[in-house]
Amino acid sequence: MNVKISRHREQDIAKGVIWIAAFSTLAVMFWILYQILREGLPLLSGDFFLQDPRQMGRAGGIYSTIIGTFALTIVAIAIATPLGVGTAVYLREYTRESRISRIIRFGTDCLAGVPSIIFGLFGFVFFVIFMGLGWSILSGGLTLATMILPTIICTAEEAIKCVPYTYREVSFALGATRWQTIRKAVLPNALPGILTGVLLGVGRSVGETAAVILTAGSSFLTPDSLFSPIRTMAVHFYILAREGISMEMAYATGAALIILILGINTVANWLMYRYIPKA
Amino acid sequence: MEAQSKIVIDHFHFYYGSYEALTDLTLSIKAHQIFAILGPARSGKTTLLKSINRLTDLIFNTRHTGQIFVDGQEIYHPEVSLPELRRRIGMVFDLPTALPLSIFENVAYGARLKGIHEKARLAEIVEKSLQAAVLWDEVKDRLASSALRLSGGQQQRLCIARVLALEPEIIMLDEPCSGLDPISTASIEKSLESLKEKYTILLVPHNIQQASRVADRVGFFLEGKMVEEGSAFEIFTRPRNKKTEDYISGKFG
Repeated sequence: MNVKISRHREQDIAKGVIWIAAFSTLAVMFWILYQILREGLPLLSGDFFLQDPRQMGRAGGIYSTIIGTFALTIVAIAIATPLGVGTAVYLREYTRESRISRIIRFGTDCLAGVPSIIFGLFGFVFFVIFMGLGWSILSGGLTLATMILPTIICTAEEAIKCVPYTYREVSFALGATRWQTIRKAVLPNALPGILTGVLLGVGRSVGETAAVILTAGSSFLTPDSLFSPIRTMAVHFYILAREGISMEMAYATGAALIILILGINTVANWLMYRYIPKA
Repeated sequence: MEAQSKIVIDHFHFYYGSYEALTDLTLSIKAHQIFAILGPARSGKTTLLKSINRLTDLIFNTRHTGQIFVDGQEIYHPEVSLPELRRRIGMVFDLPTALPLSIFENVAYGARLKGIHEKARLAEIVEKSLQAAVLWDEVKDRLASSALRLSGGQQQRLCIARVLALEPEIIMLDEPCSGLDPISTASIEKSLESLKEKYTILLVPHNIQQASRVADRVGFFLEGKMVEEGSAFEIFTRPRNKKTEDYISGKFG
C-alpha cells in the first residue's frame, strides 16, 4: 500500500516537472515573440518593405536588406546543400565505417562547434582578401555555406540512415546500380529529413550577423551582382540597435525577420506535405 | 544433364565473417520447374537465394568458395554485370516490400532502370505483369495511387508483378506468403503454377504443406547443409534421410 502511494506521488512529481519544463519553454518563446511583435508590428507597412533605408536606417524601409538576406541565403544554401548531401551519401552509401569516414565525421563535428565569428574571420581572410572576392554576396555566401555544412551533413546522414534497408535491397534486386538506387529509392525517402537540415541552415544564414559583417559587408545599397556587398536584415537590426540609430526601426526589422522565418518554414512544410510520398 | 540445368551450384560455401551459412552445397536445378528449398530457421535458405542473385554482395564481411553457374555462366566471375544478373533472376522477399511509389511506378521500376521510358511501352509492361500476378483487376482503376495502401496480399502480388516486369528467366521467392492469409496464399500459389511454364522458380515455402502443394523438386536444408534432394513425391512419401523424415512429419521445425 505504502509503495503504491509513493509511486503515485512520484508519478505526479515527474508529471509536474515535465509540465513546468514544457510550459516555461513555450512561455519564453511567446514572451520573446510578443515583445518584438508588440514593438515592431505597428511600424510595419507596405512602404517599410518596399523602400530602401534612408538616413542610415532612421527612416525609409528595409527593401535592400530583404534582397540582401535572400541573396546571401540562397547562395549559401545552393553551395552547402549539394556538398552536404553529397558527403552524407558518401558516408552512408559508398563507404563503411572506416578511417576516412571517421575523419570526415570528426571534422564535421568540430566544424559544428566552431563559433560563427571564427567562420567570419576565415571567410574574411580567405574569400574576401586572399581570393579577392571583396565584401560581397559571394564571399558571405561561401562563408555561411561552410558554417551550415556540418548541420546539413549531419541531418542528411541521419535521414539517409532512416531509409529502410529493404528499399535498397529491393532496388538492387530489380537490377539497379548503386547510383540508381540512391537516386530512386534512397534520396526521395530521405528528402523530408534533408529538408529539415536545409531549413536549419536557412535559419542560421538568415539570423547570422558576425560572420556576415566580416564577409559581405554592411552596405544597404541594393545589390546588382554576386560581387556586390550587402546588408542582411539581421545585420541591419544589429546595427540599428547597437549604434542606437533607431530602436523603433530595429524592432520593426526584427518583426519582419520573424515573419520571414515563419513564412519560410510554413512554405517548406507545405511543400513537404504536397510533394513527398506518404506512407 | 548439365545442358538442361538452369542453375548449377558446385561445392559452394558461404560465410558471414567466421560463421559458415552454407556448407559444401552441390545442386543443379532444371528449367521450368518449381524447386522448393525446405528447412527450419537458420538453415541457409535465404543465403542461398541471395547468393544466386548476389544480393549478399551488399553485406559486409562475407566470402564464398565454390561456384554457381546460371546457364553455364559463372556468376561470381568479375566480368558479370550485377544489374543484368539481377534482372535475369528476379527475387520476391519474405515481407511485402512495396516501394513508397505509385502502383504503376513500382511495377515499372525495373523497366525504367533498363532505360525504357516510352509511356505506352511502360503501360503495356505494367498491365501484362499485373495480369500475370493476378492483381490487374483489383488495381487497374488506381494505378496512380500509392502502393503502400494495398493490403499485404496485394502488395506481395505487386512484388511478383514487379519481378515479372523485368522479364526474368528465374524467379526466387523467399517465403512469399509468410504474412498472408489463406486466400491470398492460394492466389499466389495459383499464379506460381502458371508461371513455371515460362520461368524457373526457386521457392522457400512458407511451410511444408505449401511445398507439397506446389513443388516439383525439394531440397531439404539443415544448418547450412543440404541433407537430401529429390522429387517432391519422393521427399514427402519416402524420404531417405531420418532428419528429413522427422522434419516433414513435424517432429522439429
